[in-house]
Amino acid sequence: MKDSDTLRGDRIPKRVITVLASTGMAIMLFILYFLLREGLPVLRHASLGELLLGSYWYPTYDPPEFGMFPLVVGSLAVTALASLLAVPVSLGLAAFISEVCPRSLREIFKPILEVLGFFPSVVLGFIGMVVIAPWLQERFSILTGLNLMNASILMGIMIVPVVASLAEDAMAAVPKDLRDAAYALGSTRWETISRVVIPSALPGILQACLLGVMRAVGETMVVLMASGGAALVPRSVLDPVRPLTSTIAAEMGETPVGSDHYFSLFFAGILLLVITLGINVAAMWVERRGMRWRG
Amino acid sequence: MKTTRRSNGSAHASQGAGTLPEVRAGRVVKDKLVTALLWCTMGGIVLLLGGILTFLSARGAGVLSWDFFLEPPREAMTQGGVYPAIVGTFQLILVSMAFAFPMGVATAVYLVEYARDDFFTRTVRLAIRSLAGVPSVVFGLFGLSFFAVFLGFGPCLLSAGLTLGCLALPIMVGAAESALRSVPQDYRDASYAMGATRWQTIYKVVLPAAFPSILTGGILSVGRVAGETAPIIFTGAAFYAPHVARSLFQEVMALPYHILVLATAGTNIEMTRPIQYGTVLVLLIIVLGTTLIGILWRARLRLKNVR
Repeated sequence: MKDSDTLRGDRIPKRVITVLASTGMAIMLFILYFLLREGLPVLRHASLGELLLGSYWYPTYDPPEFGMFPLVVGSLAVTALASLLAVPVSLGLAAFISEVCPRSLREIFKPILEVLGFFPSVVLGFIGMVVIAPWLQERFSILTGLNLMNASILMGIMIVPVVASLAEDAMAAVPKDLRDAAYALGSTRWETISRVVIPSALPGILQACLLGVMRAVGETMVVLMASGGAALVPRSVLDPVRPLTSTIAAEMGETPVGSDHYFSLFFAGILLLVITLGINVAAMWVERRGMRWRG
Repeated sequence: MKTTRRSNGSAHASQGAGTLPEVRAGRVVKDKLVTALLWCTMGGIVLLLGGILTFLSARGAGVLSWDFFLEPPREAMTQGGVYPAIVGTFQLILVSMAFAFPMGVATAVYLVEYARDDFFTRTVRLAIRSLAGVPSVVFGLFGLSFFAVFLGFGPCLLSAGLTLGCLALPIMVGAAESALRSVPQDYRDASYAMGATRWQTIYKVVLPAAFPSILTGGILSVGRVAGETAPIIFTGAAFYAPHVARSLFQEVMALPYHILVLATAGTNIEMTRPIQYGTVLVLLIIVLGTTLIGILWRARLRLKNVR
């Protein structure tokens, strides 16, 4: 009698835990469902071609124009420039912490990097407004310092900790034997890093970069505060841009629920989700390939 | 493959015996240069972090006072303090963690203790990973359409808190999962050997053993949530609310949103600069303070485990 009681007592928690464990799944499905539900109605007003390739974003005009091309280009431009700035630095940091840094200092530098990763993006955006913008404005004598360059620098600072710590994990996971073999053949440390450690950590490093890029595409506050907010295709790095994320954040607040503008902002959300999920899937694919490659 | 090529290279170098020292010297110099460069990169990051912190402290410290902490904004937010925003931030943290902590721990318990390699488990894992990559502003859209509009909560503390909770869920799951995985299998085996059921083992042995690390993970997720702005802009953060929210269905002020409002939307952006610096500093103290406690505590736990 006692025995069956305990066993029944064991079955209920298992069910409860299993149900609770599906919360994440439910949230993900709800996100997809609600974005599609609120985003697709905009197609009644504008065709997919107009939305994606139209170059005029005038959602409040009469008649409104919902061309998201400049927004998409803005997102991609900031992401590309930020990655260009951040990836070399991140890989340098990863190589430093994993290969060069004395063990005692490692326990200090790793948390410092982590703290940088916890910096609220709104604070970095604020720094972009009060420090970088005036500096850029004076240095290049331009009208406003809030532009593609400014946002990319800040975005770079945001993704350096992400990329560096993941890449460091990948490099630290390279078996010590490989390094020992390289040193035994007379390689210097740099030769060991560049020709042994980095090649064999390549899947992990690639994954780190992809996740950094994913973070940059979805980052909102930095671009909202520092990118200038002009919905134009930038011609130079000193032009203001208006990425998808900051468009949503800036305009959703004053948009009536159920208007075409509201639907179009959800459509922008769908685009963002498609891009970030795509990068995420690519990162998972790289991870799986990497595992097979390593054996 | 690469190593083979490397060894060929060395073989060539040793064949030309006369040039060996110079070749070797060149490579050593290159190595030293790169090492110096890598040290400089790290130094640059440390300086950057130090510089940002010093700059913000220097500009913001003068504004901080008891009045700043304990008074609501006055005179169209050009004077007064940030009391409602501080309380609002803590309320948001509380609501989001009340959701994310139990759900995250339960998911992690499932993944570590119960999961078999079946379709359901793989889907749960995939969902958590995808969730971790969803942009914060998309969480905001979801919170607006689901919590505020569909469920009819309206923009309020509950909607914003739950939206933040959804964002914190994958972080929490990751933290709890690694905490549970670091509990030695021996503990479980010993418990089963004494006739305990699986749930008794989880509840009385595994969870207590993992709890300190889970809590550290929770603290670090609080650090993430406290500084988030995008998810709360249209789900419940108030432009201005003179009083602290007394129910879950009122809008709240929050420090990150307050910074955004003062720095971009105010009528007197230059005039409120000192208040902006002060608010930034308060937010940084809360976020980095929480994070630092989490990091230090985690380091202590690791030391204990090693011993």
